[in-house]
Amino acid sequence: MYKVKVFVTLRESVLDPQGTAVKNALATHGYEGIQDVRIGKYMELTLDESVKDIDAAVKEMCERLLANTVIEDYRYEVEEVVAQ
Amino acid sequence: MKFAVIVFPGSNCDIDMYHAAKDELGEEAKYVWHDAESLEGYDAVLLPGGFSYGDYLRSGAIAQFSNVMKEVVKAAEAGKPVLGVCNGFQILLEAGLLPGAMRRNDSLKFICKQVELKVENNETMFSAGYEKGEVITIPVAHGEGNYYCDEETLARLKANNQIVFTYHGENPNGSLENIAGIINESGNVLGMMPHPERAVDELLGGADGLKLFKSIVKQWREANAVNA
Repeated sequence: MYKVKVFVTLRESVLDPQGTAVKNALATHGYEGIQDVRIGKYMELTLDESVKDIDAAVKEMCERLLANTVIEDYRYEVEEVVAQ
Repeated sequence: MKFAVIVFPGSNCDIDMYHAAKDELGEEAKYVWHDAESLEGYDAVLLPGGFSYGDYLRSGAIAQFSNVMKEVVKAAEAGKPVLGVCNGFQILLEAGLLPGAMRRNDSLKFICKQVELKVENNETMFSAGYEKGEVITIPVAHGEGNYYCDEETLARLKANNQIVFTYHGENPNGSLENIAGIINESGNVLGMMPHPERAVDELLGGADGLKLFKSIVKQWREANAVNA
């Protein structure tokens, strides 16, 4: 079994209104030195051994559905897990 | 003329779309469920607003893979008029029938109010009933209507005159270049955030949206009279 952690964030060039609101809220709470806040999505996929090429499969899933590549970037980490 | 009103789980402006086509235009209209296998026999497709599939993941992201969307793509390729409003616009973007993507409103607030639109291009089958530069009042109701595309796409939209409606005066959501509605290169797929189907009768607070629906019918009749 594999656990795949997928992170989707708005591209650097795309203004992130939620991130900006949170950055301002942190400043309101007195936290200094915060240059930027970006908000994204975190997804965990659990895949079994029937998936042969994990990288190809995850890339395809990300590009077709999990991220909108017009405005979002994605990255992922694959972790092998032993079934209980 | 026969309109298909596509209904996804979570659509909530489908009845307004149906009312516009059936009661205000006096044309044929049918609700078509998201898993329908065919759109044969329909002359135009209406994708209503709402929250298809709960807007999980992203607005319109899941709806793009529903069964009926394959048929919507075919109808679009066949040159039939396809109108997507609000969530319908988001679905057209996700499905790649129109370029660009939607971000959350820059205010982060859901907005629901009347806005003024400027008709930038009145040479489309959807906007021929308006004057170029005409300012009309149409309601908006959305949380993610902040249209975005890259510079290259924007240049292409401008070069091909694909920006049909822009916000006039105040931009309610922060969209790029005040864009409120765009059309595809072939001129038969229009996506817009404001709701023309909610402005088809003075009883609803305005009738500026009715001309859009009337334009579709007029253009269709003229095209079919020529073909006949």
